[in-house]
Amino acid sequence: MAKLLEVRNLTTRFRTERGAVMAVDDVSFEVDAGETLAIVGESGSGKSVTALSLMRLIPNPPGEIVAGSILFEGQDLLKLSDAEMQAVRGDRIAMIFQEPMTSLNPSLTVGLQVGEPVQLHRGASWKAAFAKAGELLSRVRIPDAKARVEAYPHQFSGGMRQRAMIAMALACQPKLIIADEPTTALDVTVQSQILSLLKELTRETGAALILITHDLGVVARYADRVSVMYAGRVVETGTAREIYKKPQHPYTRGLMACVPRLDGALGDRLVPIEGSPPDLTRLPPGCAFAPRCSVAQPGCLTARPVLEDVGGGHRKACFVAVDSGVPVHA
Amino acid sequence: MLDANVADAPLLVVEDLKVHFPVMAGTLFQKQVASVKAVDGVSFTLKRGETLGLVGESGCGKSTTGLAILRMLDITGGRVVFDGQDITRHDRAAMRPIRKRMQMVYQDPFGSLNPRMKVVDLIAEPMIVHDILPNFAARSDRARELLALVGLRPDMADRYIHEFSGGQRQRIGVARALAMSPELLICDEPVSALDVSIQAQIVNLFQDLQQTLGLTYVFVAHDLAVVRHISDRIAVMYLGRIVEIADRETLYKRPQHPYTQALLAAVPIPDPEIEAMRPQVAVSGEVPSALRPPPGCRFHTRCPRATDVCRVDEPALRDLGGGQMVSCHHA
Repeated sequence: MAKLLEVRNLTTRFRTERGAVMAVDDVSFEVDAGETLAIVGESGSGKSVTALSLMRLIPNPPGEIVAGSILFEGQDLLKLSDAEMQAVRGDRIAMIFQEPMTSLNPSLTVGLQVGEPVQLHRGASWKAAFAKAGELLSRVRIPDAKARVEAYPHQFSGGMRQRAMIAMALACQPKLIIADEPTTALDVTVQSQILSLLKELTRETGAALILITHDLGVVARYADRVSVMYAGRVVETGTAREIYKKPQHPYTRGLMACVPRLDGALGDRLVPIEGSPPDLTRLPPGCAFAPRCSVAQPGCLTARPVLEDVGGGHRKACFVAVDSGVPVHA
Repeated sequence: MLDANVADAPLLVVEDLKVHFPVMAGTLFQKQVASVKAVDGVSFTLKRGETLGLVGESGCGKSTTGLAILRMLDITGGRVVFDGQDITRHDRAAMRPIRKRMQMVYQDPFGSLNPRMKVVDLIAEPMIVHDILPNFAARSDRARELLALVGLRPDMADRYIHEFSGGQRQRIGVARALAMSPELLICDEPVSALDVSIQAQIVNLFQDLQQTLGLTYVFVAHDLAVVRHISDRIAVMYLGRIVEIADRETLYKRPQHPYTQALLAAVPIPDPEIEAMRPQVAVSGEVPSALRPPPGCRFHTRCPRATDVCRVDEPALRDLGGGQMVSCHHA
């Protein structure tokens, strides 16, 4: 069966004062219908630019998608005209952003905004769209939804705004939802409410979900598969269970070891990854992680590793063989 | 004998601390129409060399508590006793010698450090303010020493803050806080703005400094896993009050307050196999406004175990033994 989404060699470049930056560098991944793929990485890893590239929302200038293809339901999104892409956004692919307050228009009612995709893509009247918004808001469990359509975003709490964003994303029953750090701005109890709701609704509607996050705990709870990004590239990808049980790339292993866990042994010292993420304008010629890598070989400094299969769809971009499948955080 | 007593005496005692902010209304003649009870009856003690974690969601009063201890905010009620001295009503002059001994580390070092000053001047500034090292050369040497102490190269002293990464900036923030050789550090979300790979470096730095300098920490954070890692004891706050306080082992293994339980259940563990087996119990609703906290137990609007008594009677902190205190009618 064909994949819902196949991203091949996606490369997005930004021109900056200090030179060109490959924010997304030769990234490939795929998403099956109904599954949840988590893209994990730290700031500057290119995870958000990947999301924006999929939606073709990269501001040009300074940004530009310079290579690759994004096959969505067999159609290359990069070959569509702007108008054709407009018809895809919010209809077959929807996006949820980190800050619901900045992505909602403060001067329009919530109902108008949640119903807008129905009006735009389905040709519904404003009145019908408004009524649909009430249904959608009750679906994301906003209490007293029928009355709340008249409210403005500032009258909603942070969690309710994010629920409204989810309602808007669901409006046209998209095949794919891209959620970019959807709960980073929220408190932890609200975070788990929102993510569980999102997961439940995607299960109900059969939509696939790309969840962009820096939180390894969130990935473990909600993702089926994971792609780990570092300095614009995917360094490891596989099923969530594989990645957590047998992390292969030294960066992934490092990440898992440096995060304190609620169930970790007390009194252990954290094992940090030394150094800091690289400056993307001055990437080393070899593996971008090599300067921080504890197992780097001389070869890592000169040549770039590509993703290679280590078995069962689990792939890593690293020259160094891992001694065993022992999890770092045993 | 005397020395043992000094070592055992608590460094910090907070008793029934209240910080209320007035809410003003009116266009020309402003008058107070209400008050936000940001901190409303918080008590704890802290021994020398100990770390107390203060956790809770936004608006619970954890940062306000930290600021009130430093007397950077006016205290509405209760007492703050630092090393045997009641500082609740100290004026600025009386606070000056105390301020040397208690310092703050902020969340965002970029927002709290002047971008137009060299690192050496940033670190030396508090020494000038408190007049502890009279000449420039001595202060500059001390600044370089402090840089080495926080894991930076002394020759970085002549750079500006924008030349550093987030983790390095936080190290500079710590060096500046250490310039007065304080005994108590109030750390307000000191690692939450950092990437996870950098967080661990800074958490380790805090632990190393505590070892070498015998520091006492109040560690304010929302990340329960980080707090568990660094704290000896943890106080969980909700809408201006401590709902549970215990040593970390007890708190994380046997949380008694429904809110503590909900918080812990909400934090995912980075292991899909464990997550698949954990019951997913999401507490409903969001934190109510601090302007109008619910009557009775403040958590009752979200509590799965709330009964009639919770809606009218505010539970007091009760000792469950072993230093675990809980404010819940049903714990």
